[in-house]
Amino acid sequence: MNGVHDMGGMDGFGKVEPEPNEPMFHEAWESRVLAMVRAMGAAGAFNIDTSRYYRETIPPHVYLSSSYYKKWFLGLEEMLIDKGYLTREEVAAGHAMQPGKALKHGKFDLANVERVMVRGQFARPAPAAAKFKIGDRVRAKNIHPATHTRLPRYVRGHVGIVELNHGCHVFPDTAAMERGEHPQWLYTVVFEGRDLWGADADPTLKVSIDAFEPYLDPA
Amino acid sequence: MSHDHHHHHDHSELSETELRVRALETVLTEKGYVEPAALDAIIQAYETKIGPHNGARVVAKAWTDSAFKNALLEDGSKAIGTLGHVSRVGDHLVVVENTPTRHNMVVCTLCSCYPWEMLGLPPVWYKASPYRSRAVKDPRGVLADFGVSLPKDMEIRVWDSTAETRFLVLPMRPAGTEGWSEERLAELVTRDSMIGTGFPKTPGAPS
Repeated sequence: MNGVHDMGGMDGFGKVEPEPNEPMFHEAWESRVLAMVRAMGAAGAFNIDTSRYYRETIPPHVYLSSSYYKKWFLGLEEMLIDKGYLTREEVAAGHAMQPGKALKHGKFDLANVERVMVRGQFARPAPAAAKFKIGDRVRAKNIHPATHTRLPRYVRGHVGIVELNHGCHVFPDTAAMERGEHPQWLYTVVFEGRDLWGADADPTLKVSIDAFEPYLDPA
Repeated sequence: MSHDHHHHHDHSELSETELRVRALETVLTEKGYVEPAALDAIIQAYETKIGPHNGARVVAKAWTDSAFKNALLEDGSKAIGTLGHVSRVGDHLVVVENTPTRHNMVVCTLCSCYPWEMLGLPPVWYKASPYRSRAVKDPRGVLADFGVSLPKDMEIRVWDSTAETRFLVLPMRPAGTEGWSEERLAELVTRDSMIGTGFPKTPGAPS
């Protein structure tokens, strides 16, 4: 979706402000939010793409004015309500009012902690041969799905070069919408800064994205 | 708005979020989805097991062992998997090497993808709008915010982490470190140097 989360190339957000000796969490509740997201994901309530999609659907004015973990919280709450794991009434009351729904991988308990500390595996067997090879010229499609996609706006319509082939991976566009993994070839595609940002752009700049095959046409 | 008023406002907002987070955790617990002690354990693991020290050891090893460095650039996850002492790493870690003619920088314009196992949880600036919006368009401007400048003709390569691949920058080894041990070298490797928004520390410079 063409949401505010797709920020590459936007102006006006000001300077980057690194914080010296930044703590891991600024408030204790942030760590609880992180842990709940990791736990419910590992228990099978949602996949990583679905959780990203819910954060993207936070209304733009709320998204832009919320801290990082606040966005995680808002996305988590909405997603769990939508998927039937809890109700708005329960959230408002702060207590369960009906039995829970079965989780794909069961309750998240201490035995599961080790598992969440390593990222999931996203590689899948290839359903077909790769359409592109390293060095190929490709054009990022001019597509604007209203649902989840990992093709940022700033490359759409532009020509780049295939630089790496990462094999076949879960396709976020369908996985996020719970329409299956539909594995796709994944490539690093590199673009010239001046192709993306015009003749006045930094001539030394090259930008790459990791693009799933359905995002690309031969060029 | 007076200072006091502003402070009070921030405080109320914070409390509201805190209450909502607590309510959600209570509901999840009562419904039998999560065990609070398991949430505690997740937080503790993040606080103690992951962090830039993992990445620093990998970088220092690459600086001193050219066979390892080649393997690392060939397949980051596999090479790091051979080091027993570093925390386990997920698949699809791509290590990109800075050279005298090319500087690499990593961003996630769409969310906050970051090599957690190597660097820990990302800092706030990495996840915030200024960095995410500007890194792909004006990386030299972003570097200036960090007090970093590059030679005018050096190529800047920005890696936008748009999939489940994760990127770690292998910075150049600082001059004046000939003969140093891996342990000593690792102390020079900063988090930002592995994101590409900084350089390793220089030997002898005040830290």
